[in-house]
Amino acid sequence: MAQAAETQQKRRGKAKEPPIGRADLMKAYRDMLLIRRFEEKAGQLYGMGLIGGFCHLYIGQEAVVVGMQMCLKPGDQVITSYRDHGHMLATGMEARGVMAELTGRIGGYSKGKGGSMHMFSREKGFYGGHGIVGAQVSLGAGLAFANWYREDGHVAVTYFGEGASNQGQVYESLNLAALFKLPCIFIIENNKYGMGTSVERASASRDLSQNGAAWGIPGEQVNGMDVIAVREAGERAVAHCRAGKGPYLLEMKTYRYRGHSMSDPAKYRTREEVQKMRETSDCIETARKMLLEQLGVTEAELKVIDDEVKAIVQDSADFAQASPEPPESELWTDVLVEAK
Amino acid sequence: MGAVILMPALSPTMTEGKLARWLKKEGDAVKSGDVIAEIETDKATMEVEAVDEGTITAILVPEGTEGVQVNSAIAELDGGAGGTAATMQGITNKNPRENEKMIADAGTAQRADATVPASPRAPEMQPERDWGPMQAITVREALRDAMAAEMRRDRDVFLIGEEVAQYQGAYKISQGLLDEFGPKRVMDMPITEHGFTGMAVGAAFTGLKPIVEFMTFNFSMQAIDQIINSAAKTLYMSGGQLGCQIVFRGPNGAASRVAAQHSQCYASWYAHCPGLKVVAPWSAADAKGLLRAAIRDPNPVIVLENEIMYGQTFDCPTDEEFILPIGKAKVERQGTDVTIVAFSIMVGMAMQAADALAAQGISAEVINLRSLRPLDTATIAASVRKTNRLVTLEEGWPYAGIGAEVAMQIMETCFDHLDAPPVRVTGLDIPMPYAANLEKLALPRLEQVVDAAKRVTYK
Repeated sequence: MAQAAETQQKRRGKAKEPPIGRADLMKAYRDMLLIRRFEEKAGQLYGMGLIGGFCHLYIGQEAVVVGMQMCLKPGDQVITSYRDHGHMLATGMEARGVMAELTGRIGGYSKGKGGSMHMFSREKGFYGGHGIVGAQVSLGAGLAFANWYREDGHVAVTYFGEGASNQGQVYESLNLAALFKLPCIFIIENNKYGMGTSVERASASRDLSQNGAAWGIPGEQVNGMDVIAVREAGERAVAHCRAGKGPYLLEMKTYRYRGHSMSDPAKYRTREEVQKMRETSDCIETARKMLLEQLGVTEAELKVIDDEVKAIVQDSADFAQASPEPPESELWTDVLVEAK
Repeated sequence: MGAVILMPALSPTMTEGKLARWLKKEGDAVKSGDVIAEIETDKATMEVEAVDEGTITAILVPEGTEGVQVNSAIAELDGGAGGTAATMQGITNKNPRENEKMIADAGTAQRADATVPASPRAPEMQPERDWGPMQAITVREALRDAMAAEMRRDRDVFLIGEEVAQYQGAYKISQGLLDEFGPKRVMDMPITEHGFTGMAVGAAFTGLKPIVEFMTFNFSMQAIDQIINSAAKTLYMSGGQLGCQIVFRGPNGAASRVAAQHSQCYASWYAHCPGLKVVAPWSAADAKGLLRAAIRDPNPVIVLENEIMYGQTFDCPTDEEFILPIGKAKVERQGTDVTIVAFSIMVGMAMQAADALAAQGISAEVINLRSLRPLDTATIAASVRKTNRLVTLEEGWPYAGIGAEVAMQIMETCFDHLDAPPVRVTGLDIPMPYAANLEKLALPRLEQVVDAAKRVTYK
């Protein structure tokens, strides 16, 4: 992580000028805060039994998806695993629809039939939401394949964890993407633990950004706790893909504060480790500090954002409880598309 | 404004737990993310984090208390500045008991219930359309012509697979397609079924219409997660938003002397899964008409071909628009005494058996299923109502096979018309042996079909 940060520092040079505009960082701060507050609320609703099954929170990792999203344009695609609420909010999907899906209601993005791990929005370029570890990587290569086939200049951002990075189909997909020069940005969100197994105990690779090296895929390690560093690396990756040079791999060094899922007691790491990350590397606190100290933003301006975010989240929670459960007739819909 | 902190559920199955330890005391200020207590469940000790900020005004359940019910109040919080307490209030106003009841009710929704609509049925019977002039072609040519016709019709259709392009197909099914459509629409894949199947499914999510050729269906097992979990289920999981128009095709079942790993019928595997359609052509007309329908169908369709059939010649309509409906069986031969139901290569054996039976004075009706999901139960039932006897024939294993499903559906729909218990003729319940004599014994034999027909007709 330190090394990655250092590289970033070098790239930015020694200029005192902040490497990001005020409006951009305000937007990033707002989007990260929305994910954080949304996930906290989801955890709360889970605790009350309003959300069932699996619920994987994104708290701690917000800078990754928010920084990447700043590099994309409409029509680009995003696909990820089951830790997906943050990605959906970042692509602009409505908090109401996401929260109502978590509570299994008709107002949810999948009419209550998908749940936490399975939501989609073609309009926002979000292709799920996939529950089988690693499967989204091949699917993401397929999104990029479609862009290549149509020659439309779009890129597909394919997120997966460092745990998934050991799956066989990930390597098959890296090969396919490199072979056909698909515009695919592979993002390993290395939050250090695949459920309870640390990356050191699961992978013999010490630098996951080089996992595509056999196929000549350029890779970078990025401080995934720093939204500015993420955006900078993302811009390089997007430019590479849009230029028709094939896939790019970014290893985002990040951290999840909560357990793997709600029922994970997280005994595989110490409380001090988590606390240290929160205190020294939190992406929202870092952005907040920069806004206040370097970009001349006032506490009052941030309070407006905080209040707006809080209102959105509360509204989504209210909606998610008021929206009815899907009617029984929904059991039999959407199994097949009726042929025309 | 005050708010209540409730005993949280920390796993999907937790109903109560022990409040092991308080890490905050009355009067302490807490902010979001602070660990406030530890709870022991049947699985583990878990930390409870504060969701919002405020000051703890009262601890209602002392530490060490066992059997604390989920959703009961464990502490009270003063909201402090701003609207944070109101945030919690919005939640806690809801009666937790009501939530529990809702969850309990949802758990019973699976039981059979008169208000639940029945599973969709296959389309009603209609007479087979007359397509006019015919020409003798091989099944191989029929499959190639079907792909070529659909690729000319729709630019979003493309073919990928191992050896489909430069090699012209491992079994020469894609002969000439690379020349006509170019390397972008006829693409050789590395030997990575899992990866390229997932890639094709991802492309289909965006509206492209891939045809994925498996060199044989045995290798589709490398990719079966993508076929079932991604292609078949995503439409449902997305509430109808994200369809997957894709065809998976290739030779299925036993070829000849290639032993256990290369000789298996996947009919019942794929037919088992909602979200898929499964067809199994026998003749050249089946192959052409069903593959064209599969490519046009907006759902994932499995097309189970048969290597031994590729070189066989049949009359096939020459009409440019020729296509067959998925979900519709064909009565290949009319009869009155017994119904023999078969699919793919076994239709040929059923026809031979019907000839042999005719010589012995037994009139057999042969039904070519064509489609395994949806299954054309109406056509089979109409036949059984006439013959009152049923024999099913397939190469695959008997256990939970297609014959078992056909027999059960007939018992459900026209049990009273059966004059004898249905009989299944299947491959033996063993991996395929290599030795020529054993392989022959492991597959259905003509005399078994004849014997089965005589058995159900008591002759």
